Amino acid sequence: MAELTSVAEAVAELVRDGDAVALEGFTHLIPFAAGHEVLRQGRRELELVRMTPDVLYDQMIGMGCARRLVFSYGGNPGVGSLHRFRDAIEHGWPRTLELEEHSHAGMANRYAAGASDLPCALMRGYSGTDLAARTRVEPVTCPFTGEQLVAVPALRPDVAIVHAQEADREGNVQLWGIPGVQKEAVLAAKRSLVTVERIVDELEPRSGGVVIPAWVVTAVAAAPAGSRPSYAHGITERDNAFYREWDAISRDRDRFQAWMGEHVMGGVAA
Amino acid sequence: MSPASSEEVQTVVAARRLRAVRSVFIGVGRPSTAAILSRMVHNPELVLVYESGTIGAKPFRIPLSIGDGELAETADAVVSVPEMFNYWIGPGRIEVAFLGAAQVDRFCNLNSTVIGDYDEPRTRLPGAGGAPEIAASCGEVVVVVPHTRRTFVERLDFVTTVGHGDGPGARGRLGFRGKGPTAVITDLGVLEPDPESKELTLTQVHEGVGADQVREATGWPLAVAGELRTTEPPTADELGALRRLVSR
Repeated sequence: MAELTSVAEAVAELVRDGDAVALEGFTHLIPFAAGHEVLRQGRRELELVRMTPDVLYDQMIGMGCARRLVFSYGGNPGVGSLHRFRDAIEHGWPRTLELEEHSHAGMANRYAAGASDLPCALMRGYSGTDLAARTRVEPVTCPFTGEQLVAVPALRPDVAIVHAQEADREGNVQLWGIPGVQKEAVLAAKRSLVTVERIVDELEPRSGGVVIPAWVVTAVAAAPAGSRPSYAHGITERDNAFYREWDAISRDRDRFQAWMGEHVMGGVAA
Repeated sequence: MSPASSEEVQTVVAARRLRAVRSVFIGVGRPSTAAILSRMVHNPELVLVYESGTIGAKPFRIPLSIGDGELAETADAVVSVPEMFNYWIGPGRIEVAFLGAAQVDRFCNLNSTVIGDYDEPRTRLPGAGGAPEIAASCGEVVVVVPHTRRTFVERLDFVTTVGHGDGPGARGRLGFRGKGPTAVITDLGVLEPDPESKELTLTQVHEGVGADQVREATGWPLAVAGELRTTEPPTADELGALRRLVSR
C-alpha cells in the first residue's frame, strides 16, 4: 500500500546513488519537483531513463548527477536543442554521459514489457537504420508466421517517478489528459513515487482517467504545481514562455549554474 | 497583402498535399502549421494525429509542443504512447506522415541523430523519436525541410530513418508496409522519388525559383524532371488564413 509522505522523504528513501531512475511524463505531467529534490539531495551516478529527456533532464545532466542516459528523443519541444544534454555528449561537460538510444516505439515497448514482467517485447522497427547497430535490439523470427521482427529488452528501472493530478488518502492515484507512459513506468519499476497536485477524500472518475491503485505504488507525496513548467491538465498551464527562456539560460555554463543555484538548489552552490 | 515569403509558400504547398487525406501524423513546427492550415481552408475533416497520443486534435492556435493542453482538450481520443505506436502507427492506420530532418539523402533517408561521428559528434541532434517506425508504417511520408546544402547531403552522417534505403525494392526487403516518402516539400520546390530509380527528382519549383538555384542548394547532382511544374502561388484565402493562424 502506498505510503503518504513528503517529496523529500520519498526521494531520500527510494532513490539511491547509482540507481536507474525513470522520471516519466510525455510532454505532460513532468515531475519537476521530484527531479529537483533528487538534485538537492545530491544523488550521484544515476542512470536516467526517459523517452523524452527535455528541460528536467537537461537540468539533471547539467548538474552532473547522471552517468548514463537511456532515451529516444532529447530536445526542447518546439524550441530546439537541449544545450546541457548536447554539452555533455559533445564535450563531456560536466562529465561524460554514456548513451543508450532507442526509437519511441522501442522505448514504449520496453516499458510495456517491463510492466508485463516479460523479458522482452516484439515489434516491427529499427530495420535498415544505423540505430540498430548502436543499441540493444535483436532480430527474431515469428514462430507462427516466419515474419522477421525485432525484440527489445524490457525496461525495469529501480525507481519510477511520475506526477499526477490527484491521489486519495489511501494512495490511489488518478491522472488524466495526455497519459504518456506513466502507468507502464510505475508498473515496470521496482519502486515508485507518484507526486500529486492534491490529496482528495475520494477519486472522482474522470473521462480518460488513468487510475493506478495504491497497492502497486510505493509512495505518494503532495507536490502542488509539482510539474511546473510542464503542466497538470485541468489544474495548471504549460509555461511555454519558460521553455523558450530555457534556451538562453542553458546555453551558457555559468548562467546555467547560477540559475540552478538560485532556483533549484536553494542557495546551495551548484 | 504583402507577397508570400518562401516559407509561407512551403507551408501552403504542404497544406494542399492534405486536401484529400483522412489522417495525418505531425510533429510541431511547419508541418503542424501546414496541417492546421489545411483543416482551415481545404479539408475540415482532416484528422490530426500527434505523437503525444492525441488523435483528432483541433487546435485553434499553433501548439508550441506536441503536449500542449489544447491538443488533448480538442482530441477525439487521447491514448498512451505504447497504444499510439502499437495500435495506430504500426498497423498503418495513419494515411500520411509529415516528417522533418537535419539531413536528407537522394533516396530520402533521414538523419536526426548526429552531425559527425556518433561517438564524437560535432553536433548532437535530438535523436529518432518516433520517426523510424512512422516512416516504415504510415501510408506515405512527406518530408518538410529547408532547402540547403547542409540539409540535402550526398551521404548521411547517420541513418536515423529509412526512406527508400538504397533504391528500388529496399523497403520491401526490410518488410516495411507503407509506401515511404512520396514528396519532399522545401522552400524552393518539391522533390519526388522517381518511380523507377526511387531517386529524389525535382518536379516542381516555387514561383521565381529556377532549377539551377535548386541544384545549387542540393549536395548531390540533382535530377530534374523533363516537365518541371511551377507552384501555383498561394491564393489570398490560403495566405490570409495562414497569417491569421500564425498571429493567433
